[in-house]
Amino acid sequence: MDVAIIKYNAGNIYSVSYALKRLGVEATVTADPELLCKADKVIFPGVGEAQTTMDHLKEHKLDAIIKGLKQPVLGICLGMQLMCRHSEEGDADCLGIFDTEVKRFIPQKHTDKVPHMGWNTITDVKDGLFNKQLENKFVYFVHSFYVPVNDYTAATTEYILPFSASLHKDNFYATQFHPEKSGSVGEVILSNFLKL
Amino acid sequence: MLAKRIVPCLDIKDGKTVKGINFVNFRDAGDPVELGAQYSREGADELVYLDITASHEGRKTFTELVKKVAANISIPFTVGGGINEMKDVDRLLSAGADKVSINSAALRNPKLIEEIAKNFGSQVCVVAIDANFENGDWLCYLNGGRIPTEKHLFQWAAEAESLGAGEILFTSMTHDGVKDGYANEALSTLADNLHIPVIASGGAGKMEHFRDTFALGKADAALAASVFHFGEIGIGTLKQYLREEGINVRL
Repeated sequence: MDVAIIKYNAGNIYSVSYALKRLGVEATVTADPELLCKADKVIFPGVGEAQTTMDHLKEHKLDAIIKGLKQPVLGICLGMQLMCRHSEEGDADCLGIFDTEVKRFIPQKHTDKVPHMGWNTITDVKDGLFNKQLENKFVYFVHSFYVPVNDYTAATTEYILPFSASLHKDNFYATQFHPEKSGSVGEVILSNFLKL
Repeated sequence: MLAKRIVPCLDIKDGKTVKGINFVNFRDAGDPVELGAQYSREGADELVYLDITASHEGRKTFTELVKKVAANISIPFTVGGGINEMKDVDRLLSAGADKVSINSAALRNPKLIEEIAKNFGSQVCVVAIDANFENGDWLCYLNGGRIPTEKHLFQWAAEAESLGAGEILFTSMTHDGVKDGYANEALSTLADNLHIPVIASGGAGKMEHFRDTFALGKADAALAASVFHFGEIGIGTLKQYLREEGINVRL
């Protein structure tokens, strides 16, 4: 299988390719439009800041490429947020694949720390990336911004408020958490994506 | 519900794991990648690798180690030690680290915190603080606890947060290596003052110490080294114990 990982100015995009390698898949990390378009699966990873990253994507014309992809695409963390319409992080206009906002966590009480960092459970998991056995399993999150629960929500997590742990629309899948860092549970989710 | 984290820390010198007793004497404790993988299997939530060699050669060795860790381990890991400028941060994140922990460099140049947060997001920026309790106050130290500064723990932690730190890793030099429990009073004050997660470090000797640092110290994560390295406490057993004590941990 031909899996491409979108290369851009984010920190740590290689952790996804390492995770795939542990599953026996050798992925290509690339910003080449041609390679991205012809891959069987595309992964859009991300650790970084929304506005800076959007500027970089636009500069390299990757924004239009990503929106136009027809094969299964998996956005991870910032990748997922950039697939939404707009992010409060840097007031960034994003790709608009999922017609929803990305909002900053507002602590409701003192023990609500931001970023939401660590292991939390996923509930109401939908088919596609998930299966029933993954209900209530712990996955790893690191983020200060969140996508509210909406029509595309494919898994929900509660922190300060219920938010989208995963989104799905047509060929576009996304997780707010890091499956590549979520131990054996994350491996199941990545395997499910590879089987789509 | 967000789980409390158990974080084994591996001090690395020339590519091998060591552990200091009050930051001075070192005992050998095994191969870092093997050890990390074993911790991950046992249920560690995150790992910290600290490079305690400062030489140029040592740094290259450490970067290679970071790549191996990233390739082999499926839980997050933080790296620290010898990070002085953005170039170092970039190198370690590119090698596969999830977060960087900065200590002396942040004290010397607080703007580094801002730069990391701006370029990679707050969540990759852990500010580590070594502080010692002396004359009724917590004073911050530079260079692995060797050089005292004028900075006070609570003041510096708040400043680091306002500059964009994503987490505070507080090591009590007073408690480190003594195995008599974490600095829960200071940790609790930090938790009350800050709006970012606090990792407790220094003093773990028994399972009760972990319970106390979560329950009394209000820590979000507890870091320990020797009790895990020398098999005095098994991570699986520890997490089972914590669950029974009413602490929410990932099992």
